[in-house]
Amino acid sequence: MTSTFDQVALLARRSVIRTWRQPAAVVFPLLFPMLLLAVNSGGLRAETHLPGFPTKSFVAFALAVPFIQGALFATMNAGTDLARDIESGFMSRLSLTPLRGAALLAGQLGGVVVLGVIQACFYLLVGLAAGVRPAAGILGVLVLLVFAAFIALAFGAVGAWAALRTGSTEAVQSLFPIFFVFLFISSMNIPRNLMATTWFRYAATANPVSYLLECVRSLVITGWNGQALGLGFAILAIVAAVALSLASYSLRRRLVR
Amino acid sequence: MTRNLSVARAVAWRTLHNVFTNPSLFIPQLAFPLFFFTAFAGGLSRIRHVSGFHYPLGYTAFQFVFVLLQSAAFGGVFTGFGIARDFETGFARRLLLAAPHRTGIVFGYALAALCRWSVTAVFLTCVALAVGMKVGGSGVDLPALYLLAAIVNTAAILWACGVAMRLRTMQAGPIMQMPVFLVLFFAPVYVPLDLLQGWIHSVAAINPLTRVLEAGRGFLAGSPTQVAAAYGAALGLAFLFSFWALRGLRKAEAAG
Repeated sequence: MTSTFDQVALLARRSVIRTWRQPAAVVFPLLFPMLLLAVNSGGLRAETHLPGFPTKSFVAFALAVPFIQGALFATMNAGTDLARDIESGFMSRLSLTPLRGAALLAGQLGGVVVLGVIQACFYLLVGLAAGVRPAAGILGVLVLLVFAAFIALAFGAVGAWAALRTGSTEAVQSLFPIFFVFLFISSMNIPRNLMATTWFRYAATANPVSYLLECVRSLVITGWNGQALGLGFAILAIVAAVALSLASYSLRRRLVR
Repeated sequence: MTRNLSVARAVAWRTLHNVFTNPSLFIPQLAFPLFFFTAFAGGLSRIRHVSGFHYPLGYTAFQFVFVLLQSAAFGGVFTGFGIARDFETGFARRLLLAAPHRTGIVFGYALAALCRWSVTAVFLTCVALAVGMKVGGSGVDLPALYLLAAIVNTAAILWACGVAMRLRTMQAGPIMQMPVFLVLFFAPVYVPLDLLQGWIHSVAAINPLTRVLEAGRGFLAGSPTQVAAAYGAALGLAFLFSFWALRGLRKAEAAG
């Protein structure tokens, strides 16, 4: 290992190959969101008849959800792999090498980002095949992919922090239900202005996941919406900054030489 | 028979003891249905304004029946995870050696799944009533709804048990869970069957869970519908999966 860049590249490659060798870690994040998309877009199509619903295609409306579910899987992938490295003693052996802590984190997250972008491309292709045409055009699709990469980075950092803090795969996996709750108590299935139950609308409005969904949705349904894009990217930037800081701190403690 | 029952009682007691003394197993079984109920009944209540939606008790009651059946099915699947864990830890092999009548093991797990789900059902019902769910059914209707859900619970545990005993690893979790998830969600979850369109309508029309769901909603509303078809479908699944589970037991025995 000669430079930090080489270290990052090696660890990112290891992260990608490792995930690729676990069929469940590859197939489940691709298949499960698509199944949910199929079920919800079929079952909730009647919702498009509600006055004020922003589109006639529920698939276009629901296509934002897999992108956010990608965040969930990024968290699980990054956290579980890192926790397994700690449990198996691989991290302890790494701490005996001249590897830089930042390279370890960047390499791990680099692999998660690559997988996040592959997932996003797959979701987009399925959406296109189902007749969805992103209103923001080709440039919007590129922004969508950048957003997906950013999601993977931010939530992957959350998973990495959980792994470094606890050193336990079980503890990382216990984050899954928490993210699931955040996803469901959001504007996942209906726009916030159409929610009839007041307390649910307040909860969805206070939930940052709603803004991540609305950011993706704006590019797919309405075109360029500065407010939705700004809120989505700002929330991700905050999550990434906080999670990366916490993960770096925990990594320093874990790599005490 | 007596020996079978004593094995079943012991397996059920152990499984329930594990579940009710371990918060990481006990809390999700209560929290997940509650959370689905909140997300569907709370978030999607505007759907009652879609033209053609005529369920008389409102959207909360409409969703309650689905979540009750879902909790029953997943109560069975989660108990199946426990069976797989028992095989991974080696406990199930010791159990196979010690049990004088091994069929009792399957009965025991099924009994545990039913008791476990009963707690969830009571909890979910209390929450639904507390948030103002209307109930139209009475007398025979409501027990018929819970009996239907109990049969779904039994069918699900027998399915999961068959998978767990064949594969004997926790990695079989998605195989137990995914078909149940699909069968549940390919039923008319959010709107009545008549309002579904396209391929989902065709799938829902032949899905046996559709009859169960519609009969359940009928029971809650006090206007039973498709009762024979629903009970036939649920009992048929339970009967079919009892063979699946018992064949799985034989395969586990053969594997040693």
